[in-house]
Amino acid sequence: MTQPHDNYHAARWNEPIIMEMGSEGQRGVLVDETDQAILEEIQNPLDSVPQNMLRSSKLKLPEISQAHILRHYTRLSQMTLGFDVTPDASSGTCTMKYSPKVNEAICRNASVLDVHPLQNPSSLQGILKILFDFEQIMCEISGMYKYSFQASSGAQGIYTNACLIRAYHESNGEGKQRNEIITTAFSHPADAATPSVAGFKVITLMPGENGYPDFQSLLSVLSERTAGLMVTNPEDTGLFNPHIPDMVKAVQDAGGLCAYDQANANGLFGVVRAGDTGFDLCQFNLHKTFSAPHSAQGQGTAAVGVSEKLAKFLPTPVGDFNDTEYVLNYDRPDSIGKIRSFLGNVQTVIKAYSWVMSLGADGLKSVSETAVLNNNYLATKLMQIKGLDLPWDNNVRRIEQVRYTWKQLCLDTGLTTSDLARKMSDYGLQTYMESHVPRLVDEPMTLEPTESLSLDDLDAYVAVLKDISAQAYSDPESLKGAPYKSASDQLPQNQFNDPETWAMTWKAYKTKRE
Amino acid sequence: MKQNKSDPFIPNSVPSIRDKMLDAIGIKSVEDIYASIPNEIRFGGALNLPSPIRSESRLRKHVEQILSKNRNAQDNINFLGAGCWQHYVPAVCDEIAQRGEFVTAYGGGQFGDHGKWQAVFEFQSLLGELIGMDVVSTPTYDWSAAANSALLMACRYTGRNEILVPETISADRLLQMYNFVRPVASIKKIKMVSNTGLMDTSDLRSKISSATASVYFENPTFLGAIETGAYEIVDIAKSKGALATVGVDPITLGVISPPSEYGADIVVGDIQPLGIHMYGGGGLGGFIASNDNPELIAEYNALLVSIAPGLRPGEFGFDYSTFDRTSYEKRGLSPDYIGTTQWLWAIIAGVYLSLMGPVGMNEVGKTIMERSSYASKKLGNIPGIKSPSLSNLFFKEFVVDFSDTGKTVEEINIDLLDRGVFGGFDLSSQFKCLGQSSLYCVTEVHTKDDIDFLTQSLKEILT
Amino acid sequence: MIINPISGLGGRVGLKGTDTTEIVATAIELGAKPESTIRATTCLKEIFIGLNTSVDIICPPGIMGETSARAAGFSPFVLPIQVPDFTSAEDTRIAVEMMVSEKVSLILFAGGDGTARDIYSVIKDSIPVVGIPAGVKMHSAVYATTPKSAARLVNNYFVSTDINLKDVEVMDIDEDAFRKGHLSASLYGYMKVPFERRYIQGAKSGGIESDESAMSAVAHEISRRIEDNILYILGPGTTLRAIGNALGVDKTLLGVDLFKGGKLIAEDVTNLQIEGIVAKCNNPVKIIVTPIGGQGHIFGRGNQQISPSIIKRVGRESIVIVATTNKLASLNGRPFLVDTGDPEVDQLLSGYIRVVTGVNMESVYRVSD
Repeated sequence: MTQPHDNYHAARWNEPIIMEMGSEGQRGVLVDETDQAILEEIQNPLDSVPQNMLRSSKLKLPEISQAHILRHYTRLSQMTLGFDVTPDASSGTCTMKYSPKVNEAICRNASVLDVHPLQNPSSLQGILKILFDFEQIMCEISGMYKYSFQASSGAQGIYTNACLIRAYHESNGEGKQRNEIITTAFSHPADAATPSVAGFKVITLMPGENGYPDFQSLLSVLSERTAGLMVTNPEDTGLFNPHIPDMVKAVQDAGGLCAYDQANANGLFGVVRAGDTGFDLCQFNLHKTFSAPHSAQGQGTAAVGVSEKLAKFLPTPVGDFNDTEYVLNYDRPDSIGKIRSFLGNVQTVIKAYSWVMSLGADGLKSVSETAVLNNNYLATKLMQIKGLDLPWDNNVRRIEQVRYTWKQLCLDTGLTTSDLARKMSDYGLQTYMESHVPRLVDEPMTLEPTESLSLDDLDAYVAVLKDISAQAYSDPESLKGAPYKSASDQLPQNQFNDPETWAMTWKAYKTKRE
Repeated sequence: MKQNKSDPFIPNSVPSIRDKMLDAIGIKSVEDIYASIPNEIRFGGALNLPSPIRSESRLRKHVEQILSKNRNAQDNINFLGAGCWQHYVPAVCDEIAQRGEFVTAYGGGQFGDHGKWQAVFEFQSLLGELIGMDVVSTPTYDWSAAANSALLMACRYTGRNEILVPETISADRLLQMYNFVRPVASIKKIKMVSNTGLMDTSDLRSKISSATASVYFENPTFLGAIETGAYEIVDIAKSKGALATVGVDPITLGVISPPSEYGADIVVGDIQPLGIHMYGGGGLGGFIASNDNPELIAEYNALLVSIAPGLRPGEFGFDYSTFDRTSYEKRGLSPDYIGTTQWLWAIIAGVYLSLMGPVGMNEVGKTIMERSSYASKKLGNIPGIKSPSLSNLFFKEFVVDFSDTGKTVEEINIDLLDRGVFGGFDLSSQFKCLGQSSLYCVTEVHTKDDIDFLTQSLKEILT
Repeated sequence: MIINPISGLGGRVGLKGTDTTEIVATAIELGAKPESTIRATTCLKEIFIGLNTSVDIICPPGIMGETSARAAGFSPFVLPIQVPDFTSAEDTRIAVEMMVSEKVSLILFAGGDGTARDIYSVIKDSIPVVGIPAGVKMHSAVYATTPKSAARLVNNYFVSTDINLKDVEVMDIDEDAFRKGHLSASLYGYMKVPFERRYIQGAKSGGIESDESAMSAVAHEISRRIEDNILYILGPGTTLRAIGNALGVDKTLLGVDLFKGGKLIAEDVTNLQIEGIVAKCNNPVKIIVTPIGGQGHIFGRGNQQISPSIIKRVGRESIVIVATTNKLASLNGRPFLVDTGDPEVDQLLSGYIRVVTGVNMESVYRVSD
């Protein structure tokens, strides 16, 4: 199947808002009533609650029977293009890959679902063993010394890195002085946002003529104020910055620490390790690179790894093994404290562990080799499409993703990349990722076909973009109203951004519009 | 490719396909793609990882065998709460939580993922109804993250930089709060009234000042009490121009006053009680809510989903509202950050509130209070145990004082574990003033038999 | 809608602009074609497809607008003026004045930098404009990238309520000097252009950062760094005006102002005035300037009042460059330019320099050798 899905149409159930469903008196589920024997022994506890602490406003939740609720949410799910539904090369930088069902099945188990994080560690040996064993796996994959799995998203992982850098300099009495974090414009926005939240001044290196920052630009900002470097590599562009080893060394010579945001690591298993490159810290997204599902925007886990000198600063608790038992160590006076409640999203770690155990070292290498192969195959094919180009040097291979530019097509047709992106929905594909901010590439499109896409998937994807380019040149007007066959139409943006009309709840909507 | 079987997750690992693709690209080997990576940092050897378990059946057995070392709250009776609570999860919640379309979706836009957007908007609407607020955010990581971000919102909104919190909030939450707010704000603790655990309003009056951005309190408190001083605390905060930020357990609100009724400016809390399994703490998900005040909305870090009428009559569309205030857009200009959080749990919390409806939420609140009252009373009848040890109204959690039994909470909990009971959370290290006390949690999942078994076990352990 | 019919005539025949009638005659003799009319017609056709009769066109007769409007399908209201064969700047200004009295809601024009300047001289920033690029000199940021994109901006402006206006620079260079191979651009002012807020495709796609909030962040950061005992030389531009606002003073938009101790001590100063004040000043001196958007000059364009000797006196480390990230992005990786007139000072400024881009945010950018 390499032709665009001409006859595709998304499910379009036109589901009502749930607040409007059902009828008074209907029930979705019945609550277990208190045993009569209990009631006989106690006074009604509500009698002793002061009147002003009892709910006085009527609770206007909908009243709906069970099958109708199930049907409603099932239909909503049918209007959602998860990776189970569509081969998603569109969400560049998001590493959309197949999440093996066996790992979902494993976590549908009382020993995962119904365990409490404060149970005596002796009763949590299964989870603690997996956390411990997976930590050893992560150390080997990255060349780092110790890990924490508390952070629950890439952004929180990067934030943790920033907090660790802060703690390190404070412990050396340089907390006030070293207040500058350096990042690059094509690193994820969180590499600039989270150090800023942690109190640092952020210096952004702009790309030079090769698409990544020159070594000289870094040298020009290093000083006794340098706290550290926080970067992705390959960057958003898919280009691997070859100066990174030199940059890491220069930052460290200036007294700073270097954090490797491994959000873009899917092409690097067994190829490059953060530790070997000299990084002091790193973070991997287990919900992306390690196949745990993205869960409609979480749960996720960031595996935060550090070198030996930073281990004592990691969030509390950390896992350990005391020769007989797996334990949680809370007695850590130098720790930055806590980043997330309890142990984070342990279920994500279990899924990632299971995924690595199914692959082994060779399998992981195959993941990366196939991901970069798929990416470069896609890029080769896409370069034959009219109006689409690679910014910077065409001869330098991108690693696992590519930021393309539709500048030529847009100059020729007067369209924008957003017009083309929306059209993807008419083929049952996700609207593609344009670019993170800042938008340094004109009319950008960022694609990342992971190892999960087949050759046929890739050819079909190319055919769709080719089709869209052809339509852009022959009938540009037709794209401005796209999509036409998706579950939702294009809507004027001002409604969502004007205080007179925005509505985050149904109640607000009713008040404003009626 | 040393493997002779292609990997089921990697379709293009078949050698013939691979060769065809290399040809199409015009390269000999994948190594050519890595040419831009300097040799000095290339990893030479093979990763030293455990041998793979390649068949699905064996893999499943391997992981499940490890997990079976866990003891769980189905086979045991669990009285732990303290920020993660065992409530009944209706089967429809489990069903929707397994829908692959949701589970494997991510940041797709409103065209591809219309259903996800609607489900999250419905979550905001349902929760907004329960807590009495017009604006509810998409999820944050958890209650603590919501509180942290809300308190910084209050700092930016008021232009002040001091936060007052009750000394009873959990150590876990306080550690997160200290780490998070310290570049911007300072935290002062307000004393509790020693015999009730409620906020000491005279201490609050003496510590609040024109530098106070927000007074934060929880209802119920970490120690389980219904904060009956809520109206007074909010009044004190407002009299000094500070915002009242209230952390709330939403499952209480079918019977207990929502914070909107006592004048909260910002409401935060956790959705885990609403149909989400504990997952060892991975079931948590926070929220931030407020009135529809554009100046306050400008300070949200979290993503907000708005509804708008569709182009065709009767249809609706969804998109982010004011996305340009988020860290995705502002990068280093952002005073806070957001990323992947706990959206699947928001969808499930919406399913839960739909299932329960107004009657169900009222009934569940009522039965929890009845069962916890019963448990507290039964434990209090055991010689040496003081229960409830604080003279306050409580919802599902209450403090039990074992000081007079001559045993520590830790010792008692180990004995309970032997009998298949997870005893309450040991308060003795954080709350030294409470002696050997433990925080017990009783919900609608606990039957009379469960509670009686606990009582009987404690009697045996203490004699 | 107004067309400068002679705009662009010079370009294809190697003349740099058509500011005088002699050049126009030369251009036509050399075989120049009416580029601006062709481009305006392309744009108007797109507008006709998009808006049809929902918009009224008011334009001068003949080649200054009417011909193109009719060719595109419109029945325009034609202004009662005479259009000579060789139109001049004065004809443009007269037509625009009549448009103002007709209370037009937007002026669409085809031309080059000179045309933009002529329109600016009449309307300043009172009416939004969209420029169809048709001239030889295109330094002004009022121009859309193509005639079609100009049409898209116009169509959206009338259809969508989701349109923001932004101030952009009106630049022009001295044509005489330019023809002799020397580039000397001046900043004439700012006009309002509509710009489209890009469709935001969800969390990961991003859109365009609001320039206004980014600029106010820059201004806030600078206002935090201001020290009382330092004399600041503030260059021209909207970013500097925003800094003025943050400091509570009414900074001139186009001029160089001097700021010290919480107030402006001199406004719109000349080179000699700066040197006089600096010479008498015992305090440290700093210069704050912003690059010209899309073009990159930090010294020597629009701020020639800051002479090379002053730059030398102040020193490289006391020069503060401010710019939003979008402005840096608009340079497409090209370095900052300096043209102070003193090669030694240009050399002094070359190399990497820090740029304040927001609260606690800096970037580093290369200044051309």
